[in-house]
Amino acid sequence: MDSLLAGLWAAIELVVTLDPDLVEITLRSLQVTVTAVVIAAFIGLPLGAWLTLTRFRLRRVTVAVLNALMGLPPVVVGLVLYVLLSRAGPFGVLDLLFTPTAMVIAQIVIVTPIVASLCHQATRELWFLYHDLLISMNTTKWQRIRTLLWDGRRALLTAVLTGFGRAIGEVGAIMIVGGNIDHVTRVLTTAIALEVGKGDFALALGLGLVLIALAVLINLAIHSLSRTEKEGTW
Amino acid sequence: MVEAEALFPVVLDDVSVYRKQTRVLGPLNIRFEQTGCTVLMGPNGAGKTTFLRLLHGLVRPREGKVVWALPPEQTYARQSFVFQTPIVMRRTVQDNIAYPLIVRGAGKRQGRQQADEWIDRVGLAHVAHKDAGVISGGERQKLALARALITAPDVLFLDEPSTNLDGASTRDIEALIQAVVRDGTRVFLATHDLGQARRLADNILFIHHGAILEHAECDAFFDHPATPEARSFLRGDILL
Repeated sequence: MDSLLAGLWAAIELVVTLDPDLVEITLRSLQVTVTAVVIAAFIGLPLGAWLTLTRFRLRRVTVAVLNALMGLPPVVVGLVLYVLLSRAGPFGVLDLLFTPTAMVIAQIVIVTPIVASLCHQATRELWFLYHDLLISMNTTKWQRIRTLLWDGRRALLTAVLTGFGRAIGEVGAIMIVGGNIDHVTRVLTTAIALEVGKGDFALALGLGLVLIALAVLINLAIHSLSRTEKEGTW
Repeated sequence: MVEAEALFPVVLDDVSVYRKQTRVLGPLNIRFEQTGCTVLMGPNGAGKTTFLRLLHGLVRPREGKVVWALPPEQTYARQSFVFQTPIVMRRTVQDNIAYPLIVRGAGKRQGRQQADEWIDRVGLAHVAHKDAGVISGGERQKLALARALITAPDVLFLDEPSTNLDGASTRDIEALIQAVVRDGTRVFLATHDLGQARRLADNILFIHHGAILEHAECDAFFDHPATPEARSFLRGDILL
């Protein structure tokens, strides 16, 4: 209990004093996560809608694999990326290991299947509803994808926010490919892991509370801007 | 610009539609010309909806072929379909009605302007900017009709368009249908409503168990039905 109170106090102190280290790692957390989620959304949303609309031989298997990838272990993602990006690996020449770019790549790999799979589920329900109408109107596949994404935007926002939640709280992969280097690749989650390792639970809890507050604030802001709970909206 | 007449005649040549191993429609051999309004009548499950969907290309025949005078991609682009259960898209009433124009390349502003004209014509001005999900069943039906008509189709398929409507709304919808028929749109309409069929039909197609039992002028069908099934149907008997 004392640790929790101390953590809460530490969090308040860090936020109120605008601790420079806290501001820096918070901004880096946001930069890495938002970049990864935006890219994952650009890949995952059309992919999910395309899977809804397209019939091909291995479609069921593809959807099943995509669903399974939602639970992709971050540590394994980090490990594989580490091997690929390390100097001896095929992409070592790019010199990306222990950079924020490597962390973004890791998060894209983790978040894209989540966004695509949830998008596929949401657009599948909508396609069941719209199927006859859109075929009757002679729409092209690209128009159908755009229509499903636009009309399903509120469900898809939830899909993207789920991806954001997974990414902002992720530690395993970005610790491995980022290295938790101070002023370079340290983010909120890796800083928490470090403080726990040092035995400074109060500071770790404080950072954790900041992390939770950040996630809640971003969710609230996006829901508020997109008016998801407004009466009479889909 | 191709004239509407170029779409016709449409010929159904020995067409059968199956659901799994069961034939639900056919064999059909019939030809339609560019004339007025054909009303499809028959009991539930007779095949009226399947017939409309077949003509519009939403159902493919397993046997025979449906041949329009133009290639399929040109034919279906000049048709509109109003489904029995109106499909409303998750957007405002105005954007629902503007949608067919926008997918055909009209700008959003132009689409909305034309949608507003149709919104006034079908009496949906009071809900124009509401999400279509919150409007009543009758309003949904009007929305679906306005959305079908906004592209000025050459052929309009209506599957029981006044099922959810009260008397006044039915009258409005029928007036609209009569107006578009006068303007040259070919209408195929399925209905159970004998009064509506009398008011709108130029000719009647009576379907039972997937087969066309009669195709006659409206007055001839009602005054002198040729088959026992049609006589029973018009008497209000239950057809098995």
